[in-house]
Amino acid sequence: MDRFVFLTFDGLSRGAVYAAFALALVLIWRATRIVNFAQGAMAVATAYVGYSVSAATGSYWLGFAVAVLGGLLLGAVTERVVMRLVDHSSHLNGVVVALGLVLVIQGVLGMIYGNEFRPAEAPFSREAFTVGGIALLSRFDLFVFGAVFLVVALLVVLFTRTSVGLRMRASAFAPDVSRLLGVNVGGMLTLGWALAAAVGSLAGMLVLPTELGLHPNAMDIVFVSSFTAAVVGGLDSAVGAVAGGLIVGLLLSYVSGYLGATVAPIAVLLLLVVVLLGRPGGLFSRSAARAV
Amino acid sequence: MTRPAPATDPDSDGLSLHRIGVRFGGLVALDDVSLRVPPGRTVGVIGPNGAGKTTLFNVVCGFVTPTTGTITLDGRALRPRPHRLARLGIARTLQGVGLFGGLTVLENVMVGAEHAGRRPESAWEALERCGVTPQAHALPGGLPYAVRKRVALARALVAQPRLLLLDEPAGGLGADEIAELGELITGLPCAVLLVEHHMDLVMAVCDEILVLDFGKPVAHGTPAEIRTDQAVVDAYLGAAA
Repeated sequence: MDRFVFLTFDGLSRGAVYAAFALALVLIWRATRIVNFAQGAMAVATAYVGYSVSAATGSYWLGFAVAVLGGLLLGAVTERVVMRLVDHSSHLNGVVVALGLVLVIQGVLGMIYGNEFRPAEAPFSREAFTVGGIALLSRFDLFVFGAVFLVVALLVVLFTRTSVGLRMRASAFAPDVSRLLGVNVGGMLTLGWALAAAVGSLAGMLVLPTELGLHPNAMDIVFVSSFTAAVVGGLDSAVGAVAGGLIVGLLLSYVSGYLGATVAPIAVLLLLVVVLLGRPGGLFSRSAARAV
Repeated sequence: MTRPAPATDPDSDGLSLHRIGVRFGGLVALDDVSLRVPPGRTVGVIGPNGAGKTTLFNVVCGFVTPTTGTITLDGRALRPRPHRLARLGIARTLQGVGLFGGLTVLENVMVGAEHAGRRPESAWEALERCGVTPQAHALPGGLPYAVRKRVALARALVAQPRLLLLDEPAGGLGADEIAELGELITGLPCAVLLVEHHMDLVMAVCDEILVLDFGKPVAHGTPAEIRTDQAVVDAYLGAAA
């Protein structure tokens, strides 16, 4: 029982990060119908910069802010300089370019920082509080929950309560009609990529301290888990991404805890296969509503 | 609803198309078409299917770049770009309605209002004017076609345009609905450029009418003149009768 409780909290904590990362994938998917395979590499790149700033200034939080703001910038630049030039007659083109970006970013990071793991410190203790002899959550886990909750809340407010959010949704639904109504669709796309990349960078800063540390490929496994989470949720649905993230987090935690860490990646793939076979549109798909 | 001054400004001469030609490869979609839509007036464009009516709209909206000819707005050369239209005070409805399926009726109209930084109240005013206030919080997908067309009209009107482009607004509507639509169009304070098949509506609401056939202007005049024009009767009305 103790073990189950611990694994549940651990799974929810990891799941929260997957949820944030999956949310970033959904943001770009909804706006462009592209799965941004480069999102993991982009997050690592900003994390490297963030930790470099932390090392140079001695302030973790300054580095944290630089990483997240760097994500905002990197996302906007990626859309303006790379994605905008891609031929949009097929969505596959954008996906292939994103895969190419992964190689470029990982290659450049390897040249600058080297291909070995570097420590990624956590801002809070990762030692779990024990209540009645049961290990529950660490301060860092609480920080993860708080940060992800804040991001989700901000995105909900942005998309449902603000005019910019309304214009972003309209652009995603029907770009040509939106243009006729005076919406700057290109600007909304840039903003979407910037926000998604910033959320991805945040997720990177939350997950890297719990992994082996900084490495050009450090987010590859996180990407696979988060992509699974997004697909489980239906790729189109923000709620689905969050739910999918938590499901994948719990699954990974239970499987690692009870069956061993080596089985965990297989469990994620199995989940992906089961969901795609049973509900190809994902658990929370709104694709039927979009088709109208 | 308060109206901006330009609609009645005597110095402004509205939208002018001068000798517009459009070719798609070997196909001549528009050939030497000239048209003026003065402020506050309603101008209709009619013609059989494939006559170039929608192409004419697409030229004004910037979706199609004319091969020849010029467009002016208030005497100034206009190079239309879709996203700049709203800023120029031009709004358009689409043949296929073109509502955002995942946004509520109110949100759909709000997107049209956002550009000009208008208050949410103006969205309600537009809904009210088009008689779709009760459906404000519904998703458009579940609404009857006639209601969706009204929502699309509300979305075009919310920015308080000085020129409204209506692309077959009567398409798919019943006789009563068309009569109501006619009253609504007649009551609009802005200039209207109307592309429509439904002759009764066109004759009822338009101050002047341009008739196109295979991209060429066949006749141009008041509804009374068009009704008796032999070329029009041959090309269009005669064929329809």
